[in-house]
Amino acid sequence: MSQQKEWPLWEVFIRSKQGLDHKHVGSLHAADAEMAIQNARDVYTRRMEGVSIWVVESKHVHASNPDEAAAFFDPANDKVYRHPTFYEVPAEIKNM
Amino acid sequence: MDLHHKPTVDLQGYSPELRALLFDYTLQLADTSLILGHRLSEWCGHGPILEQDLAMANIALDLIGESRSYYQYAAELEGQGRTEDDLAYLRDAVEYKNPLLVEQTNGDFGDTVMRQFLFDGFHYFLLKELQNSPDKGLAGIAAKSFKEASYHVKWSAEWIIRLGDGTEESRRRIQKALDNLWIFSGELYTMTDTEKALAQAGFIPDYSGLLSQWEAHVAKIFAEATLEVPQNVFMQKGGKTGRHSEHLGYLLAELQYLQRAYPGLEW
Amino acid sequence: METIIEKSLEEAFEEKIANEIRIEPKDWMPEQYRKTLVRQISQHAHSEIVGMLPEGNWITRAPSLKRKAILLSKVQDEAGHGLYLYSAAETLGTSRDQMVADLHSGKAKYSSIFNYPTLSWADIGAIGWLVDGAAIMNQVPLIRTSYGPYARAMVRVCKEESFHQRQGFEIMMTLCNGAPAQKKMAQEAFNRWWWPTLMMFGPKDAESPNTEQSMRWKIKRFTNDELRQRFVDMMVPQAEFLGLTVPDKDLRWNEAKNGYDFGEVDWEEFWNVVKGNGPCNKDRISTRVKAHEEGAWVREAALAHAQKRAEREAVNQA
Repeated sequence: MSQQKEWPLWEVFIRSKQGLDHKHVGSLHAADAEMAIQNARDVYTRRMEGVSIWVVESKHVHASNPDEAAAFFDPANDKVYRHPTFYEVPAEIKNM
Repeated sequence: MDLHHKPTVDLQGYSPELRALLFDYTLQLADTSLILGHRLSEWCGHGPILEQDLAMANIALDLIGESRSYYQYAAELEGQGRTEDDLAYLRDAVEYKNPLLVEQTNGDFGDTVMRQFLFDGFHYFLLKELQNSPDKGLAGIAAKSFKEASYHVKWSAEWIIRLGDGTEESRRRIQKALDNLWIFSGELYTMTDTEKALAQAGFIPDYSGLLSQWEAHVAKIFAEATLEVPQNVFMQKGGKTGRHSEHLGYLLAELQYLQRAYPGLEW
Repeated sequence: METIIEKSLEEAFEEKIANEIRIEPKDWMPEQYRKTLVRQISQHAHSEIVGMLPEGNWITRAPSLKRKAILLSKVQDEAGHGLYLYSAAETLGTSRDQMVADLHSGKAKYSSIFNYPTLSWADIGAIGWLVDGAAIMNQVPLIRTSYGPYARAMVRVCKEESFHQRQGFEIMMTLCNGAPAQKKMAQEAFNRWWWPTLMMFGPKDAESPNTEQSMRWKIKRFTNDELRQRFVDMMVPQAEFLGLTVPDKDLRWNEAKNGYDFGEVDWEEFWNVVKGNGPCNKDRISTRVKAHEEGAWVREAALAHAQKRAEREAVNQA
């Protein structure tokens, strides 16, 4: 086994309170998943920042390619009809 | 803002004898947490990896916070106007009541983890029971500290397993730590006169019950870690009654230096 | 063909910078931008880690249990900050191991302030008040730095840092309102830390080779001299409040510039400390190297165990 091997890198996601999504907060090193969760607790929740932790080894995160950002995301620009503000509702109609 | 627990207990119904016993015992708990917290804090900035530096500092902070709660309560029990700092900074080694285990030097990371592991199990099972003490002061501090100890016990047990069942070198080192520190484990469960009297009065648990739970926990973790408990050893004791190892004097010299060099000042 | 693509990528990058759009890890960036960031972020991370040592010195000697807990949690925060920053640098494709190796070999730098010794308890107050004060001044603008992960790490750092300076000031105030021996301790610490703190803002603008490009790329938002002037203007009234004398005979208010004129930093000392000739450079690095080397067996064991466990689980599942 190689002498200088580094502990793997993990991405950390924290739910700050019940009812909210887990949000990416940063990363850290740990030898295994269990340790990654504990390290995340010790590193990222020292000031009551969380009630739940997810960790995922960084190498397992697949990301969209920024070069394709235009192809991926610009087409949504002209679909204004997906948004409720696109539609006119007569003033007399409440609660819609 | 001070977040840690500050007990305010009605002590009117206590006899002077009971108060003295509770004072003595609370001080013992305070000294124990402080000395171990102090030892762990020596690691800050020198840990084997950044993540574990943070983990050890967290445990140290828990223990120092716990000791402050006990010292404040002890001062209240004594009723002589002493403060938490008077109790921590102005008593000599012979007056300290912590068991020998916690004052042992840090050694390598394995020694520190082993010292922690042997203590954490005891601490965990004790606090679990102490939460139900009829003494509201102790029960309150124990309830808060129990949550913290539940995390410590997990942290140290996992490291025992990792180091025992890791590399050849780590197994050798952690086995050696066990060989060296095991002799201090017996004192945790050897009850002093104060402890016996308080147990008899129903204020603290009898330690024989704790011991069997602890033995099961320790045996399970050591089995997983492939470690062997030394047999037929002569258990050391004395710390809880003021007979310490030579290490404590140096620790206190450092801890108390400013208060001793400049008596009576605010910092 | 290639040069055309390169050019359009560079234009897109410059456009983002101009429009205050953050650069993210997978975005194209000029090699020099990447290098500058790795250098600056890792230097920043190293400063946090080495910075744990001078203050860590006093954890075991803190004069009250409250001070002990505060100092320990502060030094622990610095470990956290180092970790956030290493993580930010790792998004640029460099490993923490590599950065740590560069620190240990002397290739990478860290803030020269941490090469001065902490000699009394008042030094803990002086560091919190002055050094963290200067650090905050340097760091707050970095929340708006152009590289996303760095900016996000700095949000977290600055949020946590805000108690550090206050606890330092509180220590100084307690000492200054205390016994004559304590007041003397405070003045003596102030005398020793004032000038090295001014050095923290880096060389004069005229002698700072990296400043111009870093400003253009919005990695840096203010020049060294601008920040140094602001710091002096902020701290002098605070020192007066404490009843401390600023150790600078040339210090005087300049109505015309609405700020203080102050004496020249000893640049010879500054460059020497940067080059490794400060009072504690060798101690600091050898302490870090020792911790790292003595921890090697622990790190290896954890990896070996994780591997064994994963293999066992694979067998159990088969």
